[in-house]
Amino acid sequence: METVVSCRGLKKTYDRKVEAVRGLDLAIQAGECFGLLGPNGAGKTTTIEILEGLLTPTSGEVEILGMTWQAHEQELREWLGVSLQETRLSEKLTVRETLELFASFYHRPNSVPAVLEELSLGEKADALVGKLSGGQKQRLAVATALVGNPKILFLDEPTTGLDPQSRRQLWDIIRQFQQGRGTVLLTTHYMDEAERLCDRLAIIDHGQIIAAGTPSELSARLSGHHVVEFALSDAVNDDGVWSRLPGVQAVRNEDGHFSLQVEEPHETIPALLSVVQQKGARLVHLTTRQASLEDVFVQLTGRHLREE
Amino acid sequence: MAYVETPPTPAVAASKMVTNGRWAGYRHLLGARMKELWREPEVIFWVFVFPLLLALGLGIAFRNKPADITTIAVVANSHAQQVIDLLQRSPAKTAIHADVLDANVAFDRFRLGKYALVVTADDSGLHYRYDPARPESVLARTQVDDVLQTASGRNSPLKTEATQSSQPGARYIDFLVPGLLGMNLMNSGMWGIGFAIVEMRQRKLLKRFVASPMRRTDFLLAMGSSRLVLMLIEVALLLGFGVLVFHMRVEGSLLAILLIGALGAVSFGGIGLLTASRAQKIETVSGLINLVMMPMWIFSGVFFSYERFPQIVQPAIKALPLTALNDALRAIILQGETLSSQAGRIIILAVWGGVSFLLALRWFRWT
Repeated sequence: METVVSCRGLKKTYDRKVEAVRGLDLAIQAGECFGLLGPNGAGKTTTIEILEGLLTPTSGEVEILGMTWQAHEQELREWLGVSLQETRLSEKLTVRETLELFASFYHRPNSVPAVLEELSLGEKADALVGKLSGGQKQRLAVATALVGNPKILFLDEPTTGLDPQSRRQLWDIIRQFQQGRGTVLLTTHYMDEAERLCDRLAIIDHGQIIAAGTPSELSARLSGHHVVEFALSDAVNDDGVWSRLPGVQAVRNEDGHFSLQVEEPHETIPALLSVVQQKGARLVHLTTRQASLEDVFVQLTGRHLREE
Repeated sequence: MAYVETPPTPAVAASKMVTNGRWAGYRHLLGARMKELWREPEVIFWVFVFPLLLALGLGIAFRNKPADITTIAVVANSHAQQVIDLLQRSPAKTAIHADVLDANVAFDRFRLGKYALVVTADDSGLHYRYDPARPESVLARTQVDDVLQTASGRNSPLKTEATQSSQPGARYIDFLVPGLLGMNLMNSGMWGIGFAIVEMRQRKLLKRFVASPMRRTDFLLAMGSSRLVLMLIEVALLLGFGVLVFHMRVEGSLLAILLIGALGAVSFGGIGLLTASRAQKIETVSGLINLVMMPMWIFSGVFFSYERFPQIVQPAIKALPLTALNDALRAIILQGETLSSQAGRIIILAVWGGVSFLLALRWFRWT
């Protein structure tokens, strides 16, 4: 495996006070889709913008395709495709003009008609950017990154705020790029996106990596691969009874909504039901599901990903 | 470095690979900028239509009327008809229009500026009411008195003769058009560069550009060149308008006018770039631009000559870039001066533009 993007001991402190990134190591392999997953303000954007050469780290080293930003900026820019969080492209240019403009910056770009075709923007080629829908604008933003014929694609929250159909369309585009031996680094705070799209993930919180691996490795790291969630009709004297149920690894109580991490639901649930009966309470809700990245995040940080 | 040697296999099926030359980025940036401007109706109005409307309005309002008619009121009484008769007998009768009105009506309308003079005749003679602060009122008093005295038989002991002289070049519109041209170059340079760049920064478009291999100098060059293209149109429109509608005479060479125009456009582009070098919000930069331009609107002799300001501030006024631009344009357009005679003003403009540009490059924020 060949490492195409790597960083060691990356730190970024704003105004000598705010520590956005606090010592981060990454190694991204050629041809993989690597995700930085974390809540808002975790340091994802700062990290990806340092890797894109748009921010200078306070300390630490970045190497991309064996080159550094200090020595090879112009050459690196030729090989990278970048889509920033919330760029508003000029509204008075058409889709085709926008892509032709971005293509003109590269020495050997992709052909604009081919990119239009590939990203299903052909019909909108002569529409003004200002008239596009959110999903179309986001696809155009990714198209401006792809039109340079990059080896590595950096996408900062590519699907935030999009409807499900637009998100799936973008996922297809990213997979297609990957199939052509492209490498992708993306940030997201969507669990499902990270699980479905990424080959490997790093979960970031407070500027540090708190867990890394493939999505299944991360889920397996949870003590207990299943989650049983339930709620009771009345508040019950909680004397730690739930954690003594068979197979329960961890208990979490959020305002009367309990979630148990369990090895085998079929061992835990009958015992759970009998305890509920003994206490004279009534279940108003009971579900079981596979442990997800969300549970990993909650277990590691004690918070939900989407919490403010 | 090994990775770079392996040919990329793009996601997009690139059957036709394109290779871009050195100036492809610059050409596309300039093309995109011109298209954006052209598709913005406000830009067309403020840059091209508004100065013409201003020239037209002011040109008409302050046009030199060939025979200015003095409008006066004569207070209605038994002597009023006598005054009217005297006026009718005079050779200057077409230049004076007199209405006979009741005293209170006459004075009321005089106060509102409808009449330049009120004449009251009684047994003791004539009484004039005029306003020494209104030039046309002072003029009317002298004119009417002269007419009435002459018609009543006064002889002029001194023989006089006068030749009329009113040539293009000395009229208000001739003064105004070069001033409007200078102001327009300043406005569109400041807004076209300063505002546009901050807007792109606020949209994160500048950041997106520098994340690509775009050359930053190409971007600045393209912004500057777009100013030069607009300058050509601005000069052609305003001067053409002056010549066609107001029969202005352009004395100097067109090349000299265009060179000064280009220097002005680029110089104000540099000042615009400086005001835009750090501002993150369009509200901030709008305030800054107005702050920079406001003194020049007033002091740089756009609508009236700056000689009206006290002697002590004259050197400061002449050091302003818009003053230098307006003076140079007027000297070339109205007096047919050469470029070399304008060296001092050219240096003032170049220093303003050059220093602003260098400071802007030092402070400029792309992100």
